[in-house]
Amino acid sequence: MGSSGLLTSLIDGILIGVVYGLAAMGLTLIWGVMNVINLSHGTIIAFGMFGVYLIFTTLGLNPYLTLVLVAILGLLLGVAIYFIAIQRVIDAPHLSTLLATFAVNMILLGVGTAVFTTNFRNVDYALGNIQMGQITVLGTRLVAALAAVFVAGALYFFLYKTRPGKYIRAVANNRAAAELMGIPSTQILALSFGIGTMLAAIAGGLIATLFPFTILSGGVYELKSFVIGVLGGLGNPIGSLAGGLILGLLESIIPIVMPNTWVPILEFVLFIIILLIRPTGIFGAKE
Amino acid sequence: MKKWLNPGLWITLLITVAIGIWPIITQEAAKREVIFTVLMAIVFASSLNILLGYTGYVSFGHVVFFGLGGYVGMYLIKEYEASIWLAALAGGIAAGLLAFLLGKAILKLRGAYFALVTIGVNEAMRAFVNNFQPFGGPIGLELNFKVYKPYGGPADALWMVYYATFALAILVAVLSYAVKQSKFGLSLMAIREDEDAAEVMGVVPHNAKTWAFILSAILPGVVGVLFFFKNGNIEPAGAFRLHYSIENLVMVMLGGQGTVLGPVLGAFGYQRLRGFLVTNPIFKNIQLSIAGGLLLLIVLFIPAGAVGWLRNRFPRLRRVLS
Repeated sequence: MGSSGLLTSLIDGILIGVVYGLAAMGLTLIWGVMNVINLSHGTIIAFGMFGVYLIFTTLGLNPYLTLVLVAILGLLLGVAIYFIAIQRVIDAPHLSTLLATFAVNMILLGVGTAVFTTNFRNVDYALGNIQMGQITVLGTRLVAALAAVFVAGALYFFLYKTRPGKYIRAVANNRAAAELMGIPSTQILALSFGIGTMLAAIAGGLIATLFPFTILSGGVYELKSFVIGVLGGLGNPIGSLAGGLILGLLESIIPIVMPNTWVPILEFVLFIIILLIRPTGIFGAKE
Repeated sequence: MKKWLNPGLWITLLITVAIGIWPIITQEAAKREVIFTVLMAIVFASSLNILLGYTGYVSFGHVVFFGLGGYVGMYLIKEYEASIWLAALAGGIAAGLLAFLLGKAILKLRGAYFALVTIGVNEAMRAFVNNFQPFGGPIGLELNFKVYKPYGGPADALWMVYYATFALAILVAVLSYAVKQSKFGLSLMAIREDEDAAEVMGVVPHNAKTWAFILSAILPGVVGVLFFFKNGNIEPAGAFRLHYSIENLVMVMLGGQGTVLGPVLGAFGYQRLRGFLVTNPIFKNIQLSIAGGLLLLIVLFIPAGAVGWLRNRFPRLRRVLS
């Protein structure tokens, strides 16, 4: 492989990595605010994929426009999940919230499989190639990465510059103290969960424009999100972007030196090592 | 001697025997297959309960012991023509050894971090076996039909595996009762309630946790060998199926975590319900959603599980249900 081939796969890795980062952002936001590992994350990503797919194929809207609609639906779904399944067990031991979100996952996946079956779908939409010297970049990948960066920026602005965002950070920091300051913690927790699922749905929608998918595809991205979340620091949504970049680069570089099938081994070994050495993640805060 | 006369043990044993003896009486192969999955789940869920219920550590990727045990056993049977008993023993030892090595490293993590790392271990193992040529890589290992010959042909071998799994289910009930009644079990429960306080009271948490992890890994490893020997083949996606771990967590929750009888009832209830939903024409397509809805209701409203609920609701039952 020549240097241009290496550069092409590096750039591909970066572009995909940013989208991975967006997928993990929702998981890590929910973890950071309420210490809940959302095991329905993968299926919500898959719902995002199917949301874009359905609107694109039936209404013929531009897939990037449909993302707005998918985002709103994702937010509403998340708020509903919070009030139905999470609120009652939010202070219970970890096993309860893990199983509650897993139960939600089963419900959603059951409905999804019954409606969509497990056949492969793809969003048939192309933006051509972008040629820079000897390097070729797929248009959809570039746009997906830009959209992911834009959403991450918007999240940053929301969390740090707006009042509800500051409430979310206050609740994440210390829920009891935030309540004493008059912050309505239940609504803020519901909003955080909603934003978390919204981010997952948007990421799913973007991934749908890149690769073919089934209703079960979310599981792969959920596992990737765990790895990224740990890389970037669980509870640090912006760190996810950096974690995603690392993962994307690893996935593009490792196949050059060893067989492709070794990628998941290295990913998960890295995941275990980081959890053992520094459970708050490379970019995470000190405990 | 007195603790061996406790009705808590005998009720559990009676129920386990009642479940397992049914196909033996009727001698129906179809019933045997149904009950086999129940007995296997009893062994897996009760083992998991030692770690989850007694010690309070959530092992999400517990199926890694099942898969690794299965692979080691199948490899010995295929490559060295080992007997099923030797293979099952080797599978259990392999699982226990992995738990020992892992426990040294990962049991210092608490709560959700521990749960996450066990998922990572299972996925790493699956990816590794996918690339490990002695274990057949992505294709896995397939047994030749003639390995069943020494056991009187495939039909008899299936019955033999059934009896062995039945014996394991009884063994696991005795084991989880013995652990619960022992000083070791008491130290595990102290760790569950408050690990730091337990340490102050003289429990060495790391040793106790490691032993609990090893104990909870061995029998899933053994039953993995029996299961894949019965199936005749093993491949990575089937051996390290994260979903099976989580189903077993559900069974423990359903029956009552930290109780001896709970996982037995939970395994029976869950597998029968699943069997009903999968075969029912109305629920067939949506069975996953219904199972999920039930799980959600249990997690939200009866977190102590069936046995735990009974013990809380009727304090007198505490003497007979353990």
